[in-house]
Amino acid sequence: MEKSDNVKLKIENISLRFGGVQALSGVSLDLREREILGVIGPNGAGKTSLINSISGFYRPQEGDIYFEGKKITRLAPDKIAELGISRTFQQIELYTGLTALDNLMAARHVRMHTNFLDGAIFLGRAQREEVQHRRVVEDIIDLLEIEGIRKKVVGALPYGQRKRVELGRALALEPKLLLLDEPMAGMNAEEKEDMARFILDVYDEKNIPIILIEHDMGVVMDICDRLVVLEFGRKIAEGTPDEIKMNQQVVKAYLGGD
Amino acid sequence: MAMIPGDFSQSYERDIAIFRTKTQWVVMVIGLAIMLTFPLFMSNYWLSLFNFIFVTVIAVLGLHLVTGLCGQISLGQSALMCVGAYTVGVLSVKFGISVWACLPLAGLVTGLIGMIFGAPALRVKEFYLAMSTLAAQFIIVWVVSHLEEWTGGQLGMYVPPATIGGFSSASPSNLFYIGFILTIVMIAVAKNIQRTRVGRAFIAIRDNDIAAEVMGINLFRYKLLAFFIGCFFAGIAGWMWAMYLQNINPSQFTLKESLWMLGMVIVGGMGSTTGAVMGAVFVRGLDMIADYASAWAGTVFPTIGEQAFTAFSLIIFGLVIVIFLIYEPRGLYHRWELFKASYRLHPYAY
Repeated sequence: MEKSDNVKLKIENISLRFGGVQALSGVSLDLREREILGVIGPNGAGKTSLINSISGFYRPQEGDIYFEGKKITRLAPDKIAELGISRTFQQIELYTGLTALDNLMAARHVRMHTNFLDGAIFLGRAQREEVQHRRVVEDIIDLLEIEGIRKKVVGALPYGQRKRVELGRALALEPKLLLLDEPMAGMNAEEKEDMARFILDVYDEKNIPIILIEHDMGVVMDICDRLVVLEFGRKIAEGTPDEIKMNQQVVKAYLGGD
Repeated sequence: MAMIPGDFSQSYERDIAIFRTKTQWVVMVIGLAIMLTFPLFMSNYWLSLFNFIFVTVIAVLGLHLVTGLCGQISLGQSALMCVGAYTVGVLSVKFGISVWACLPLAGLVTGLIGMIFGAPALRVKEFYLAMSTLAAQFIIVWVVSHLEEWTGGQLGMYVPPATIGGFSSASPSNLFYIGFILTIVMIAVAKNIQRTRVGRAFIAIRDNDIAAEVMGINLFRYKLLAFFIGCFFAGIAGWMWAMYLQNINPSQFTLKESLWMLGMVIVGGMGSTTGAVMGAVFVRGLDMIADYASAWAGTVFPTIGEQAFTAFSLIIFGLVIVIFLIYEPRGLYHRWELFKASYRLHPYAY
């Protein structure tokens, strides 16, 4: 696999405070065009805050974030989604009343263009668009092997499948950058293996960089090209999995000691 | 005859169609054709009742879009119907605009006014939004009854019937045809909006507004759009109401009506177009039965009097909503789905 050194996402020195709590302080990182970047760190290290800042959900007080050279620090979340940054959530945040299929179709929102008048008439433009995007969504359903549940309401699905639907929804947006916030939390070994396989499939098929937050070190070391370690809102290390394993500061952050 | 073990769509066009099989089409066309013959044999009383139901169905469909799909509680649907009705009245009487041309205008004006009262939805949710839409109910009715020069104030105003050639909506049977077509069109519009891009955006906002925003849906725009479309429906219902009564009056558009409509959405089943129609028809039917029952009870127990029993119908309605919320919060529509499923699977349990 050829590696490209073009920087897709550039985070420059961002700091994020909630009142007196310093969630992120001066974090910088570069994400290249072809890599899976793992973000690890103990609980409360600021991993989710980092992802929330990228997707526009939090506004860092200092620093800037550039996506494909464009500054996105002050953009609204829906504008950032339009640029092609898609994500999953730590706690599953699906549209519980919709079917798995409609959840994915809803994520096609930014790629669809019919307005409510086309929709009201349905025949013609809206129908064509529905079918055209349905094809795209069906490909994702195939990829993630959720054919059997496409017409099931997601609120009633078991946890593992909901996680998978959520990954599908993130993909349906046709992202140029995928942010995965603990996609394997609460899964057993087998489900984790499946999910890791899906993530690698997605990475290969869609050709997009991925930022992955995950606590399972085995998974992270196996599938990530590079790792960033956060502790108390600061970046304490960055490098390949092997470098990180040997890093004394990281070992200290995880295991304690002096 | 070859039996096919199920009904499988072979194209996405067919999979997303409302009526997926020929049988469904045939049943629908026959059903509609039978309804079209109603004016031939029904008395004006029954036709008026149907016209009243048409008005309700259209208004409830609007509320279904705002509350059932987008999850924004609106307690002012009846007042917005008032806007629609008075738009027809004022435009046709004071400006001499054709009553037919007033139909889309009533929808548009009501939609725009609805957006003003829906604007707080950007900041507030649920109870607080209910309070701010409640304001619509009182402000609109107050304004209409005080703009006496335009609206005739408390005395109300006369609205001319819609005519074309010798056809006049003044007769209940002619209005039945208009209302019938209008209702079918509005049901189709509501259903189509629900199953395409905008409808899914509404449901996304209802189910998870945080995720919706991160997945690229502009919350403010779509909440306002929901109010616009929902109130457009109210405006069309207002037009129909003006045609139905010919004499409109601010006191016809009460808070009670608005609450009833919300109740119809709940009883029918939140988030389903079919449910909204079912709810409207069911509650209006119940209302009619309660009217009959109270008149009958009044003759049986003259000492208590008919009035007391009429009040009873409100209690029954309240009871129905409570019972639905406790035992079938997903409404009549869900029951209907269960029935269909068990019918399909018969004689097996699942």
